[in-house]
Amino acid sequence: MADLNQMLKMLGELDDQLVNCMRCGMCQSVCPVFAETGREADVARGKIALLEFLGHEMISDTKGVKDRLDKCLLCGSCAAACPSGVKAVDIFLKARAIVTAFIGLSPVKKAIFRGMLSKPKLFNNLLAIGTKFQGLFTSPVNDIIGSSCSKLLSPVLGDRHLLSLAAKPLRSVGNLNTAPGKSGLKVAFFYGCVVDKMFTTVGEAMLKVFKHHGVGVYMPIDQVCCGVPSLASGDMKSFEDLVRMNLKLFGKGDFDYIITPCGTCTSAFHHVWPLMCNDFSQEERAQIEMLAGKAMDINAFIADKLGVSVVESSVGAKKVTIHDPCHLKKSLGVSGQVRTVLKANPNLEVVEMSGSDICCGCGGSFNLQHYSVSTKIGKKKRDSIAATGADIVAAGCPACMMQIADMMSQAGDRIAVKHPVELYAQTLG
Amino acid sequence: MVSQSLKQAFATVVGSDNIMDAEADKHSYSYDAAVLDPVLPSLVVRPTTMEAMGKVVKLCNDNGLPITVRGAGSNLSGGTIPSKGGVVLLTNALDKILEINEEDMYAVVQTGAITAKFANAVAAKGLFYPPDPGSQAVSTLGGNVAENAGGLRGLKYGVTKDYVMGVNFFDVDGNWCKSGSKTVKCVTGLNIPQLMVGSEGTLAVMSEFILKLVPPPQTSKAMMAIFPDIMTASRTVSAIIAAKVVPCTLEFMDNFTIGAVEGYAKVGLPLDAGSLLLIEVDGHPGQVADDAEKVEKICKDNGCTRIQVAKDAVERNKVWEARRAALSSLARLRPTTVLEDATVPRSKIPAMMEALDKIAKDYKLTIGTFGHAGDGNLHPTILCDRRDKEEFHRVEQGVDAIFAAALALDGTLSGEHGIGLAKSRYMELETNKASVMYSKRIKAAVDPKNILNPGKILGE
Ligand SMILES: Cc1cc2nc3c(=O)[nH]c(=O)nc-3n(C[C@H](O)[C@H](O)[C@H](O)COP(=O)(O)OP(=O)(O)OC[C@H]3O[C@@H](n4cnc5c(N)ncnc54)[C@H](O)[C@@H]3O)c2cc1C
Ligand code: SF4
Ligand code: SF4
Ligand code: SF4
Repeated sequence: MADLNQMLKMLGELDDQLVNCMRCGMCQSVCPVFAETGREADVARGKIALLEFLGHEMISDTKGVKDRLDKCLLCGSCAAACPSGVKAVDIFLKARAIVTAFIGLSPVKKAIFRGMLSKPKLFNNLLAIGTKFQGLFTSPVNDIIGSSCSKLLSPVLGDRHLLSLAAKPLRSVGNLNTAPGKSGLKVAFFYGCVVDKMFTTVGEAMLKVFKHHGVGVYMPIDQVCCGVPSLASGDMKSFEDLVRMNLKLFGKGDFDYIITPCGTCTSAFHHVWPLMCNDFSQEERAQIEMLAGKAMDINAFIADKLGVSVVESSVGAKKVTIHDPCHLKKSLGVSGQVRTVLKANPNLEVVEMSGSDICCGCGGSFNLQHYSVSTKIGKKKRDSIAATGADIVAAGCPACMMQIADMMSQAGDRIAVKHPVELYAQTLG
Repeated sequence: MVSQSLKQAFATVVGSDNIMDAEADKHSYSYDAAVLDPVLPSLVVRPTTMEAMGKVVKLCNDNGLPITVRGAGSNLSGGTIPSKGGVVLLTNALDKILEINEEDMYAVVQTGAITAKFANAVAAKGLFYPPDPGSQAVSTLGGNVAENAGGLRGLKYGVTKDYVMGVNFFDVDGNWCKSGSKTVKCVTGLNIPQLMVGSEGTLAVMSEFILKLVPPPQTSKAMMAIFPDIMTASRTVSAIIAAKVVPCTLEFMDNFTIGAVEGYAKVGLPLDAGSLLLIEVDGHPGQVADDAEKVEKICKDNGCTRIQVAKDAVERNKVWEARRAALSSLARLRPTTVLEDATVPRSKIPAMMEALDKIAKDYKLTIGTFGHAGDGNLHPTILCDRRDKEEFHRVEQGVDAIFAAALALDGTLSGEHGIGLAKSRYMELETNKASVMYSKRIKAAVDPKNILNPGKILGE
């Protein structure tokens, strides 16, 4: 677009949302980034003010605004606490797309998003190269990727304590399309990038749960990323490409729910696609709305649809503490269900940590672009976890699992990081 | 403008990571929670030691640069807008609680400590710091002292000024000064701590405070009383006070606010209620039971149509949820929320409410009013869209009329939000020329170059 008037016009369309911010500053009390830096431009009030000034041509430095916009976890803590109901994360996603369109996507970002993420075959093959990939891509990846979940690329980053890629992706199970069993339910299984490529055990646990409860599964292995990382980088084109590829597979909607193990993926279907896919055809919009209605997190599905019962913990049960991922709790309202799912396992005893819903500091790109702030936030989370004396920490989001694993491992803790569904699946024969 | 060499001098004092002069950063310190036009500073500095803060003050004075101290920037009167440019000095890196003394019941804190965090730390030691402004989750104690912030507990426990025992500060030359003490009694010299309270950064840059702590009430009881109109609620307030019961909180909501709260928070308020009182009594269990009974009877005798006494913590929380939701519920109705705090003697609340009604009609404004009925501190909240020039002009006229009405009823311009930029031009209306001159002379004596938050409170 590189056209100032076009950018101003699009920011103008955001103005009705921006003006709802009454500048009360209450978001300062919850923003994890602000807690570390103390800088106004890092908190929602500051970012919203900057966007308003940019839209009204009071600021000329678009790049300066963009950099500050990118210094954000997109965790939604501000929106959840805002007395005025400002949907800050929606605003930030749109604004990132607008300013990126004006400034242009950096060549490296283009290579990653357009050349790799939105070309799933190439991406999958590249990842299959495994460890060699790490050496190859370390430096170009480091200063880039503005995504909410670019965690999928964090394995290629150097000095962290990283989990390795799975020997075989979940996809290698092959296409699935089974009929409903005793539950009478059929679900589409959207596993998401990280579970496909790293936490395959989470995907396997889900398949076990579906099988145990007699749930029919539709799992096409050509499914691609939900598009949130591209979007968070302001790359609308890649985002739209990915949505369309997924719509081809899931658009028919011949299933009751579409289930994911990732809070971000679920909120992508539930919220982000309907919000951001305004230029899609009517037919596509209808499919998007349909998926929004059917999207459900695995914890919510187990607790609310399959019906499990809470049982007494047995003697010698392992202590598990729960991290409430931002997108899972703050945008989907799923937190009680996670507890229900874990309490269905008699070999576990739930011990709550303080501030369970405080962000772990991953925030995708944020972890890549602002590793030191991300680590400071992550260390606080690690301390809350360690203070519980738990043996296991459960987090219903693969990105959080990676961040927490990194933090725990750097601190030398011996606490396992698990997805709640893995722990639930242990109880099934 | 700040020259390159001067910028370097600031960087030497606070470290180059702690100065900001990029366009985008300066813009993010051009506003606060008041609905006023933004003004850019030339430089933003964030000292991380007290020593550095003192040096920043001296550098500013030596170079004639205005200083606007900024805590959380949550004030509603423009106190942190750098209206004359210059330096914005951030206090949020100076946020330590230095001491909580249980024996002598005081605490020493740095200016940037957050009110709620401090109150929680005090509570963890079994003591109580009562001032609880609605913004306590973000506000700094420095901001509270500089604005003399109040809160829901004002009626019984007083406001910030009642807890300030000592204030340390930097004078305009960067000299560190002490005032007040850790003792209950202290008559050493002028009562400087109280001069600093409410000074909005115009007299000194404050560094630490000695704050009074009290034992917490053993128990409390909350209730919600519904009234057919404002008059009955207001008579009830007077009757409660006349019966020598001092509730710790006595909050009021008008019909419009009740509707907004119910529409948003769905807490089960009757939409046809003319007004509502939220009352909490606290203290010794025996006294609380007595007081609660008295209050209940007084409400009923004065025409209350329904009263709901919270039986347990859950119910109590529900009662307060309605009050906590008041501002949010109103704020969601229109883009811009102009929150005023003109205050009248409590017997004049009905007259003030009548005046507000008339103002809303005269200027075609939407006004929801809630507030601290116990101390006559009302929050008429005007809902509008600041982008609509014509409408906003009417809002400004309405605000003028609100001040005129409050003053005509022997009230005051501001109960707790401060004067700042927003109300400085009304100062003479409430006082007189000589009073304003007296304050100006004090300011000129301690700040000859007029660099300490120039233009605030006293105008040009
Ligand atoms: C949603 C909301 C609810 C509110 N509720 C209440 C309420 O119930 N009661 C109430 O009284 N107020 C209330 N306020 C107003 C405001 O929060 C208070 O005035 C608060 O005390 C401001 O604190 P702050 O840290 O944000 O100060 P700031 O806004 O940063 O600063 C306020 C003033 O203090 C000066 N200042 C700050 N630190 C220093 C220092 N170290 N030395 C010299 N000057 C200094 C500043 O220059 C400025 O003039 C509310 C505001 C909002 C947005
Ligand atoms: S809490 Fe909401 S209204 Fe208040 S400053 Fe933050 S975004 Fe704006
Ligand atoms: S989304 Fe999270 S990191 Fe970003 S401004 Fe809001 S609270 Fe801060
Ligand atoms: S949100 Fe889910 S699908 Fe999207 S990148 Fe993250 S893990 Fe992958």
